[in-house]
Order: sequence, then C-alpha cells, then structure tokens
Amino acid sequence: MSVVDTHRVFRVTTASRIASVLGLLLLLALAAAPWWMGRADLRLLGEIYLYLSLAMLWNLLAGYAGLVSVGQQAYVGLGGYVLFALTIFGGLHPFTAIGLSVVIGAIVAIPVAALIFRLRGAYFAIGTWVIAEVFRLGFAQVSALGGGSGISLPVDVVRSLADGRDAREATSYWLTLGCAAAVMAIAYLFLRSRNGLALTAIRDNELAASSLGIDIWRSKFVVYVVVGGLTTFVGSLIFLQKLRISPDAAFSVNDWTAYVIFIVVIGGIGSLEGPIIGTVAFFLLRETLADLGSIYLIVLGAIAIAVMLVAPKGLWGLVQDLTGLRLFPLGYRVEPKQSRKE
Amino acid sequence: MDWINAIVQGTLLGGLYALFAAGLSLIFGVMRLVNIAHGDLIVLAAYLGLTVTAALSMNPFVALILVVPLMAGFGYVLQRGVLNWTLGDDILPPLLVTFGLSVIIQNALLEGYSADPQKLNAGAIEVASANIGGLAVGYLPLVMFLTAVLVVAVLQWIFYATALGRAFRAVSDNQDIAQLMGLNRRHVFGLAMALSLAVTAIAGIFLGVRTSFDPATGPARLIFGFEAVIIGGLGNLWGTLAGGVILGVAQSIGAQINPGWQILSGHIAFLIILAVRPRGLFPRMDG
Repeated sequence: MSVVDTHRVFRVTTASRIASVLGLLLLLALAAAPWWMGRADLRLLGEIYLYLSLAMLWNLLAGYAGLVSVGQQAYVGLGGYVLFALTIFGGLHPFTAIGLSVVIGAIVAIPVAALIFRLRGAYFAIGTWVIAEVFRLGFAQVSALGGGSGISLPVDVVRSLADGRDAREATSYWLTLGCAAAVMAIAYLFLRSRNGLALTAIRDNELAASSLGIDIWRSKFVVYVVVGGLTTFVGSLIFLQKLRISPDAAFSVNDWTAYVIFIVVIGGIGSLEGPIIGTVAFFLLRETLADLGSIYLIVLGAIAIAVMLVAPKGLWGLVQDLTGLRLFPLGYRVEPKQSRKE
Repeated sequence: MDWINAIVQGTLLGGLYALFAAGLSLIFGVMRLVNIAHGDLIVLAAYLGLTVTAALSMNPFVALILVVPLMAGFGYVLQRGVLNWTLGDDILPPLLVTFGLSVIIQNALLEGYSADPQKLNAGAIEVASANIGGLAVGYLPLVMFLTAVLVVAVLQWIFYATALGRAFRAVSDNQDIAQLMGLNRRHVFGLAMALSLAVTAIAGIFLGVRTSFDPATGPARLIFGFEAVIIGGLGNLWGTLAGGVILGVAQSIGAQINPGWQILSGHIAFLIILAVRPRGLFPRMDG
C-alpha cells in the first residue's frame, strides 16, 4: 500500500473555511462603515488599513524573502511625491496618479535592488536606509515640490475626488480599505504561486532551496520589486489622506518603518496572520498609551525586544503553537486517513 | 585653493567618521553583529559627556576618563544581558533587537534631556587654527584626525598582538572550536562590545565638541559609520579609516559645490563605490 492510500494531503481546514467566511462578512461590514460610523472613526480605520498594508508588505520582504529593509520609507515617500507631482504638474486625476504610482514604484525598485542586493544581511538593512536618505535629501532639493518645507495638495485636486465633504471622506476611506484588501489578497495569492512556494522554501532553508534549483537572487528580486511598487501605492494613499507632504514626513524612518517593524514582530513574522494581529495590538496600545508621548515608544521598543527574545514568532506564533490554528490555507498538511483495516 | 581646502577639511572630518565606524567594524569582525543602535550609542556618550562636564565642571576631553569606562561597562552588560541571546544563524533577532534598542535610547534621551540641541564646550581649542601653507587648519579637526589614527592603531595592536586579540580572532574564525579551546565566547563577546563602546565614547565626545547634537541625531551617525565601513571593505580597520576619509572628502566637495548637497554627495559617493567595488576598496572578509 502506498503512502497516498493511507494518508491524506490537504490545505483547507475547517478553521480556514470559517475564517474566510467571517473575513468576507467583516469586509462587507467595514465597507458599509461610512453609513454607520463617524468621521473620526473612519479616519482612524483608514490609518489602520494603511498600516496593515505596510505591515503585510514588510512581512513579505523580511519574513519570507529574508530581506530585512529599514528603508521602506523610501517608497512610502516616493508614492506621496508621485501623487502630488502628477496631480499638480501632470494635471492627472488623483485616481490615475495613485494607479500609476504602483508602476513608478516598481520601476524605481529595479535599479535600487540591483545596487543594494550586493549587501548581505544587516548591511543590506542599512543600505536600504541610505537609499531612503538619498530620496529624502533629493526631494528636499526640488523647489517645485516645496523643497525642504513641503507642499499642500491644491483644493481643486482634492475636490476632484468626489462632490461634498462626506462623499470625499467616504471615497478616501474605501480607497484605504480596498488597498488593505488588495494587498492581503496579493500577498496570499503570491505565496500560493510558484514564486511564493520558492520564497517559503528560502525562508525555511536557503541552502536547501538553492540545491533544489531555486534561483534565490531572482526570487528575492521579484519580491523586492513587487513590494516596492505596492509600498509606493500605499504611500500615495497615505499622503492623499494627509493632504500635505514634506521630505521629513514623507521619508520618516519612525513612522513608516519602525512602527511597521514593531507591528510585524509583535504579531508574528513570517506568517500572514501575524501582521493582522500585530496591527490590532499596535493600535490598541497606541490608543491607550499615546498620551505618554516618548514613554510610549520606549514601551513599544521594549515589547518588541522582549517578543524577539522570548517568542520570536510573535503573538500569532504562540497561538499557533498552542492550538495549531491556521486562518490562511497556505502550507499543505499530511494526516493519516481513518483506519480501514478489514 | 578652495578645492584643496575642501579636500583637507574633508580628510580631517573623515577622522570623525572613522571614529564612528571603528566600533561598528570591530563588533562585526568579532561576532558578525551589526548594531543598528550604534549611532544612538554615540549620541548617548555625548549626553553622558554633557552630564559629567556639567556636574564636575571639567573639560569634555578630561571627562573621557569617566565616559569611556562607563560606556565600556554598559557595553559589557548590554552584550551579556541582551545581545548574546540574539546571536545565531538567523540575522533577524540581532537586527530587530538593536533596532528596538535604538528607539528606546532615542526616546529615553528625549525624556531625560528634551529635544533642545546641546553642545559640549571644550574652550579655546574649538576655534584655534594653524596656518599651514596658506590653509587654515583647525586644531580640533587635526586632533580629531590624529585620535582616529591612534584609535585604529591601538585596535590593530590589540587584535594582532595581545591575548585578547587572539581570543577575538579565534571566536571570529570559529566560535565552537574557540569554546572547546577554553574560551568563554559570551565573555569574549562582552569584551568586544565593551571595547566597541569605549571607542564610541571617544567618538561621542568629539561629536559633541564639534557640532550640536539632539536625541534624533543618532541614525545619521550610524549611516556615516556604516558607509565608511563598506567603502573601506569589511574586516579591515585601516580600510575603515580610508573609508571615513573618502566619505568626508566627498561631503566637503559636495558642500563646496552647493551647501545643500553635503550629505547627499557623501551618500552618492558610497553608492558609486558600491556599484563599482561591491566589496569595498580593501576587503578582508565577506559579509
């Protein structure tokens, strides 16, 4: 009797079925939020979706491809400036500019990757930071975009989004929700694809993966470029919400990288569920501790260090170790079939 | 003449960058650890200098007598208490833990000293200069550069002529075998971090005497130090000094063209060298 007869290989579990149904229901309820939530809550939710997107993308890089970047703010800021430049000087509709930002981000990521992929491990991390600094200092030199002091999105550009303030708030909310949903779907589908399988193999053991014929450089390159494009897209939405951009805000390492790293580390790096849990935990902490100012950041840093030392797989890793629960059907499982001895 | 002046001043500035870089280069060489909090530790040393000079009303350079052992002790405790637990095959834990440490140090300094820029006052040496062949060369930059040369020479001597250096090289080559030969690698790593932060203390005092600093200035120091290490080539301390000089000269030439381009031209010089010579100019080991 072969193994196939005695064992069953499966991906989808009851938990993942329930999770997908609940997830869709939650998505519908959140899509209807403009009708049952106040303006301030909508803005907070929008911010949560954008951080969730950034966390998902950084997790793809660091958690799966082993590319620990501390310079993703380069793409966030680039997205913001692409939105401002294309709408103000190109006369494009904000939607067009946001759509184009993906392409521009990916195109910029290609030469950047070719250059910084020469650095390994931790030196790669600081290399990405240098790139972000080059972007920040470069944009500060462009006086048409406000130089070092920044620029606001003109009123007529903002008005072209939708008629009336409520409609604009709702449109901007749906854009952020759509962004988070799209990023999550892309991450999920990407990980289930051939490239994603290669990536998971690299995550588990780089040497073994390369001996199986996986082109490691190419796999990482593809991830870096895709994540670069999507991060630029998220950046354009972030600054559509803020309506004002300056080099220091656009390329802030604290806002767009430190927080995102804390989210992923606390939630659980190298899983799709981790960034979701981490985003929830991050915003719960922020809403309760934000009044403490810099003490809040000290607490956050200490929590991240403690998690990394005690439970390197984060909160989700703890849950998974205890229950074996999986919400996204990614990996395959093998289980003996019910005994049929006659 | 302006250009020669820019090159001379840039070379001397490179000494400071080499001081930023030496500690980074040292711990990478011994334990393959890249300390993201290195820049913040430099700024921490500058604040420590500020407190010592204010409390005992002494010259910042005399304050080194206290700041160096304090930082070295902190380094040993930090390594044995926290960082040793992160070392292993996975590069993620040390990276993220030192990143968290960087955020903690920045915000603790913000809480303790506020965001106001501070400066260390070293007296007349700050503005004194000698006229060498028509160029005004400041005593402070000159002392800074000579200190960098001295620090690199001493580190080089420790590495290749002392028992401690032999221990460093042994754990660097093979941790397990070094352990079998009777070295306690946790202790050796602690000593390496102590030495790294002792150099950091010197760098911090010079930083504070040369310019004003605030709690958020650490990351830029980390980046300058990192660029000097990569330009010079990994594992080569004299290379790191050369890397610092190249970075300093690139910056001062950039500033000569347009004051807004100073930092940017340093980064661009780094990226060009990375494109042309990915392993740096004088590499001795692989990343």
